[in-house]
Amino acid sequence: MRRKRNTGSLRSPRSLSEAVSDLNSKTIAELRDGFRAGHFSAREIAENFNAAVAGARTLNAYTLETPDDALAAADTADQARASGDLLPLSGIPIGIKDLFATRGVETTAGSKILAGFRPPYESTVTAKLRQAGAGMLGKLNMDEFAMGSSNETSAHGPVISPWRRKGSNVGLTPGGSSGGSAAAVAAQIAPGATGTDTGGSIRQPAAFAGIAGIKPTYGRCSRWGVVAFASSLDQAGPMAKTVRDCAILLEAMAGFDPKDSTSLDAPVPLWEANLSSDLRGKRVGIPREYRIEGVPDDVNRLWERGIEWLKDAGAVPVEISLPHTRYALPAYYIIAPAEASSNLARYDGVRYGLRERGPGGLDGMYSATREAGFGAEVKRRIMIGTYVLSAGFYDAYFTKAQKVRALIKQDFRKAFELCDVILTPTTPSAAFGIGETTDPLAMYLNDVFAVPASLAGLPAMSVPGACDKEGLPLGLHLIANELDEQMVLNAGLAIEERAGFTARPEKWW
Amino acid sequence: MSVTSEQVRHIAKLARIGMSEAEIEALVPELNNILGWVEQLSEVNTEGVEPLTAVIDQKLRLRDDIVTEGEIRNEVLANAPEAQHGFFAVPKVIE
Repeated sequence: MRRKRNTGSLRSPRSLSEAVSDLNSKTIAELRDGFRAGHFSAREIAENFNAAVAGARTLNAYTLETPDDALAAADTADQARASGDLLPLSGIPIGIKDLFATRGVETTAGSKILAGFRPPYESTVTAKLRQAGAGMLGKLNMDEFAMGSSNETSAHGPVISPWRRKGSNVGLTPGGSSGGSAAAVAAQIAPGATGTDTGGSIRQPAAFAGIAGIKPTYGRCSRWGVVAFASSLDQAGPMAKTVRDCAILLEAMAGFDPKDSTSLDAPVPLWEANLSSDLRGKRVGIPREYRIEGVPDDVNRLWERGIEWLKDAGAVPVEISLPHTRYALPAYYIIAPAEASSNLARYDGVRYGLRERGPGGLDGMYSATREAGFGAEVKRRIMIGTYVLSAGFYDAYFTKAQKVRALIKQDFRKAFELCDVILTPTTPSAAFGIGETTDPLAMYLNDVFAVPASLAGLPAMSVPGACDKEGLPLGLHLIANELDEQMVLNAGLAIEERAGFTARPEKWW
Repeated sequence: MSVTSEQVRHIAKLARIGMSEAEIEALVPELNNILGWVEQLSEVNTEGVEPLTAVIDQKLRLRDDIVTEGEIRNEVLANAPEAQHGFFAVPKVIE
């Protein structure tokens, strides 16, 4: 299928030589359209990104590089262009978070316990991306089993953000858990990447890295072949430079899958074709409960500017109330660990990954394998989950949390009677330094604005808004009703067009 | 509610995670900190509220009970730390 040329591009047309030399800074839409127009070949795109990936190992964004995969897909794309059989993502190489099973390619979920695991199958999401013509640059680093907000829990070591504070060379985190994905897009060593979001793992790193990222409605993207963390929350989504690029990737990733029992049996909308930043007639909800103490002025100031930008696009702001917001994080930290303790019971040293022989037969092997294979944060969450699900505590913790979750869902249902989209900050701060946050609870607070939408299964997106006084990116967060990704993308586009966020990290790696 | 080191030891056993005494002692205050924090949920009046079971309303689908992808035993076993005679092998469980 041929698509019409991207008319939303803000960049002016370039000459041929300029076009080739600057491939890494292009958006996916620009790469796609330039490739189709014959300004450069898919092979040139892949070679440029492969070289950039190899030149950025200091960032530790990739756990595994797969340049041959990217080149093979590129050659197929070049042939397809010659024969006129182009696919939606022909010519586009992307990075894949290491949570997605990739056939024959090591998939570790950032954990030592899955070292050497080569799945005999391909996740539905990555299979769909391949069917759409995309190539794979490599597997992207992440917090172990997606449990973390800083990438510091990865068994492969932390990802270093390409961003630095003004006049400082302190290593910063790109956020997490999709930190490798965020860093790769920000450092221009992938034009786009897959991420997953259980309680903010796409949106928080997108905000920290100055890029866009969307978590679609729960069930839009198949969970089949995505290493499970908390199954009632886990959702895959794209991370890329622009809102349009997110729409392009999400169209390829989403869709009904009979292999996932919670997959939504609904057609995939033409999100890209329907992008519009004209928000006349739309109401933007501003939840008063998201004004919390201790949030830096820069964050609140950007929020105010975000309201102005959406007004400028034609929307009308309305104050709304989401009264159970403050209970979202504690409910999340019961539900997610409970589901994780159950999901991670499969790592027993029998079928795949690490095995350690302990004393005392089979039980000893289980305990020794899990002791050696899991990192501290994963153990902590399995322990919490096991406790809250144990006899005598189940109702007090787990059932209670699911009741609170029902109330949070109801809050949103009522709010969407008054508004079409909700605007909040993405994170309560900009990126922090590696090793700076050692208290688990302080780390969990990173996702205070992101978690409510996760608990309610709603589509939500982060778009870059501005840099703070230290020169670090801050994101704005949009939440819409079930299945209304278009509203999130359109409001995101309206912000993107007005924010004029062009800051990029200066290359030091 | 708060946990004791005895309880943490028991949870570790239930979760099949080997832990040294030092690790258990370190986890006691950490878990109590987190459990104390989630305790605030008790402030919420949830009387008559049904616990959420499906985040997006949809019917569970049924499918025919047929093999869709079979005959891949060797592929599946290829990732096993130890496989013998076409099976996953584990330490002896019966003396």
